[in-house]
Amino acid sequence: MNWRLLPCGERAVLVELGDLAEVLALAAAVQMLSGQQDGPWSAVVDTVPATRTLLITVRHRDALDALEAALPSVLTAVAFAGPRGAERQRPGETMTIHVRYDGPDLDEVSALTGLTPREVVAAHTGRPWRVGFVGFAPGFAYLVGGDRRLEVPRRASPRTLVPPGSVGLASTYSAVYPRESPGGWQLIGRTDTVLWDSGQEPPALLSPGAWVQFVAVEG
Amino acid sequence: MAGYLEVLAPGPLALVQDAGRPGYAHVGAGTAGAADRGAHALANRIAGNETDQATIEILLGGLALKVRGGAIIAIAGAPTPVTVNGRAADHHTPLYLADGDVVRLGTPPTGLRSYLAVAGGIDERPVLGSRSWDSMARIGPEPLRPGRLLQVGRGRHHAPNLGLAPTLLPTLEPLTVSVIPGPREAWIAGGVRRLAQGVWTVSGRSDRVGVRLLGDPLARARGYADRELPSEGTVLGAVQVPAAGLPVVFLADHPVTGGYPVVGVLREADTDQLAQARPGQRILFTPVSTR
Repeated sequence: MNWRLLPCGERAVLVELGDLAEVLALAAAVQMLSGQQDGPWSAVVDTVPATRTLLITVRHRDALDALEAALPSVLTAVAFAGPRGAERQRPGETMTIHVRYDGPDLDEVSALTGLTPREVVAAHTGRPWRVGFVGFAPGFAYLVGGDRRLEVPRRASPRTLVPPGSVGLASTYSAVYPRESPGGWQLIGRTDTVLWDSGQEPPALLSPGAWVQFVAVEG
Repeated sequence: MAGYLEVLAPGPLALVQDAGRPGYAHVGAGTAGAADRGAHALANRIAGNETDQATIEILLGGLALKVRGGAIIAIAGAPTPVTVNGRAADHHTPLYLADGDVVRLGTPPTGLRSYLAVAGGIDERPVLGSRSWDSMARIGPEPLRPGRLLQVGRGRHHAPNLGLAPTLLPTLEPLTVSVIPGPREAWIAGGVRRLAQGVWTVSGRSDRVGVRLLGDPLARARGYADRELPSEGTVLGAVQVPAAGLPVVFLADHPVTGGYPVVGVLREADTDQLAQARPGQRILFTPVSTR
């Protein structure tokens, strides 16, 4: 496992890794360590996983040197356990999301993939997806690890308004729009599940590392 | 004494802000909070508050408030002219107001953002532990509108003990900020040294998300011209360089991830000063090798 520490200002460091599986393994390790009462890990205030990097931010800049000194041994441990190591120690939760597969782009996705609409639904529900990272909007989780046959481009022209709960596909990702927003993903269905609620703790249904099982329901 | 502040007019943009909402970046919500944290904290200290109480962040003055029930307020940041019931009053000093008093802020001659603190704090309903409006995530207390009643909190405060706070006010002179090399410095030809050679001008399209700069565009380094950077986490003060080469410096409401290379990151204290830079003002960067 190759990694680099990249400088990111007075209170953060960007850890560059090989792939998302390594990023999620390190993120899980950092999350476990940050529960400690003292030491550099207790100063961690935010972690942002992305496709190849994990951004770690500490509360006070005094803690950054100690964090950077402590990271190599954690990275070594993560490399030794392998990307599945953290998942074995502390498996991510599985969330079930019920979807009515009647989205406006279902036929388009069918044409693009060569699958029948029924086969698109079967592929989308056929295996669990995993939350790789969150971005674009609060609670907007990029789901990875789905059926490769579902890879489709974004729509040529984005919609100005996508309704909340819309289930979409773009590139190799799937996602559920947490609230009304513009968007260019191919919409295949809709769910009533609430993805983001600022009045709840935690506010997001899906955090990085969690698993998602879609289940088809009738309209 | 807890009363209300009634918004008569908000001016161009008036927001409730505090020290922000850290801890939710992994689920897509950034920290937000006051754009000029130093001025926000100073306003609180002059009013006798802890520095994390919510204040009103006022862009280019224009705010008018009616006091309901009496209040001690203090204004810091951009030196907006202040009147109480039409009579001139001072900023950077505690103002003791009675029921029915009307406070009006004029347009500051320098700087962009003023902070109005009230003893006890602004008691809007916190969202995820913060009373900060985040214009990117669109969470927190909504931007102020005429008629809005802001409850004065019962937060712990002491009698103001500052007569007049000494402070460096924003100027219209060229502003020099310190920049530390960032995670993708190698992607930009000349890195932060090239950034420091430029004379940059604040664009009118700047906001709480970021300060957009105009000037001689930065180029990609050899070997990086056509490379695409997968999105990665970003921080306050990051100097991001989009494809067209004109840098954007991230402020409080910056997106949690970005797909353009970050050539450098400002010292955090310098992001306060940049948040006060006006459109048209010159910006110069000084590279510092270590944090």
